[in-house]
Amino acid sequence: MKRYIARRLMQGVVLLCMVATIVFFLGRLTGNPVDLMLPEDATLEDRAALTQALGLDGPILDQFAIFVGKAIHGDLGMSIRMRQPAVEAFFDRLPNTLVLIPWAILLGMLLGIPLGVVAAVHRGSFLDRAAGTVAVLGIAMPSFWLGILLIFVFSVELGWLPSGRMGGPAHYVLPVITLGTFLVAGFMRITRSAMLEVMESEFVKLARIKGLSEGVVIWKHCLRNALIPVLTLWGVFVGNLITGAIVTETVFAWPGIGRLTYEAVIYRDFPLLQAVIILKSILILSINLGVDILYAYVDPRIRLA
Amino acid sequence: MTPGLMGSTVLEVRDLHTHFFLRRGVVKAVDGVSFSLRRGEVLGLVGESGCGKSLTALSLMRLLPKGGARTIRGEVLLDGENILERTPAEMREIRGRRISMVLQDPQTSLNPVFTIGDQLREAILRRKRMPRGEVTKEAVAALRRVEIAAPEQRLGQYPHQMSGGMKQRVVGAIAISGEPSVLIADEPTTALDVTIQLQYLKLLKRLQAETGMAILFITHDFGVVGRMCDRVAVMYAGRIVECGPVRQIFEAPQHPYTRALIASVPKMTGPVGRLTTIEGQPPSLMDLPVGCRFASRCAHVEQRCLDAYPDTVQVAREHTADCWKVTPA
Repeated sequence: MKRYIARRLMQGVVLLCMVATIVFFLGRLTGNPVDLMLPEDATLEDRAALTQALGLDGPILDQFAIFVGKAIHGDLGMSIRMRQPAVEAFFDRLPNTLVLIPWAILLGMLLGIPLGVVAAVHRGSFLDRAAGTVAVLGIAMPSFWLGILLIFVFSVELGWLPSGRMGGPAHYVLPVITLGTFLVAGFMRITRSAMLEVMESEFVKLARIKGLSEGVVIWKHCLRNALIPVLTLWGVFVGNLITGAIVTETVFAWPGIGRLTYEAVIYRDFPLLQAVIILKSILILSINLGVDILYAYVDPRIRLA
Repeated sequence: MTPGLMGSTVLEVRDLHTHFFLRRGVVKAVDGVSFSLRRGEVLGLVGESGCGKSLTALSLMRLLPKGGARTIRGEVLLDGENILERTPAEMREIRGRRISMVLQDPQTSLNPVFTIGDQLREAILRRKRMPRGEVTKEAVAALRRVEIAAPEQRLGQYPHQMSGGMKQRVVGAIAISGEPSVLIADEPTTALDVTIQLQYLKLLKRLQAETGMAILFITHDFGVVGRMCDRVAVMYAGRIVECGPVRQIFEAPQHPYTRALIASVPKMTGPVGRLTTIEGQPPSLMDLPVGCRFASRCAHVEQRCLDAYPDTVQVAREHTADCWKVTPA
């Protein structure tokens, strides 16, 4: 297990280097932040001064060398717009995103897993088809569209819920539904297919031979086995939520790292963009590793292998 | 035990029909099976793959595979009560406690994510409610009964930590923990190493002697039949074609199919020759002939064999065969 973790960590470092390189050069393709920061009638001298102050003068490979040199020491630069260390800006906003994720996953699992089980047990029936329709809708609806639809119905028309910004519990409802809908569909589909496979097993037959009730057979013997693939999905989902919250957070003006990413792109805030992408990558890599280790605890066969 | 000393009938199957209703047609996998099982006896159910042995067993448990299998006719009398007419809830009470089953493949018969102890305790608790400590004591006793060493430690282990032979013992312990009067063993040793097979058979025999349960022993191996069974029923294309005491079937098989099967068992004595096989294929279960189902492969076939299915003929005491050419006793 230790060797496995060490190997995974090494792979992670390589991946991070690639991510950092790509984001550094891709970011610079969006244009010059100086254009956005100075008025249109600024003099050439002013522009040159600001460019130099931001460290954007000189050949791009030199800039990259400086970036790498600092990054190795953990310094990802100052945010151009916020005049604050980029890493600090990221960690200021991170908790706001993290508070949404557990609720979205909870919603996804609470609805998705039972729906998947029911769909599998009643395979081919009306219930199965209804659940399948929910899944298709959940996956097909883009979150910017669903978010705006929810705001339109519940904030504008009905006036029941706030349309955006952080606040009390009511502020969480619409963003969590927007994030969770995609998850419901994902959890449902994976649970259904895993259940269908498990239900054919011989050990399920033996459980019935013992005379156990259908409830125990399905919800204990089958589901516990079906949860193994569901858990893998969990890692993917948490990763998706951290990165994919960009749209949802922007729609709901939610001050998390998704919105921070959006702002970094819009304002061409290169150091911030680099910091956000690198830190997000570190998060996702750690989550994936964590899930793989967690796997070992759910599936005893992996634990001892 | 000799047949005369056996107890009363515990399980009687009459004219059982279980068919698969598929889009392409009806597969008559079990098509008119009748036999009876007495207390304390082992009845072998023998036949080649696909003849309907396993589906007969699953019909008795009422655990038919999904996808169109239905028992459409017949009676399964367990202690005189037709269990085909029981509700699903009543059937659950019957399963495990009055009729139970050991499956073929021990590698997949146990749930990989629960410990042996969990799975055994579940079965024990079906019999009666009791405090946890007592259940564990019973579970240890159950494992000891199937000759598993260090049962206390085994309870906390997962199936993948055990060998195939040991797993099959655990499956056996689970199957009989409800003290059923009938145990169906569906090729329980087929997936085991040859060296382990004999041990397992001896174990089953011993458990049977201790509990007095009747065993329906499904196999395709005549060698195992000779070792295990008191009587044997030979199944071919969905029907039992011959049934009788093991000695008699071995010494004087009546049905041409039985004779061919016994002849195809390799012998250790005598000159080494070519292995005997039965020419041809069994008929398609979707398109069964009107006459004898073995007719197309039978060396003694006549016109009447093709025209109509023969009646069951009593050829000796407790010995029947479905063939036009046998002489009634």
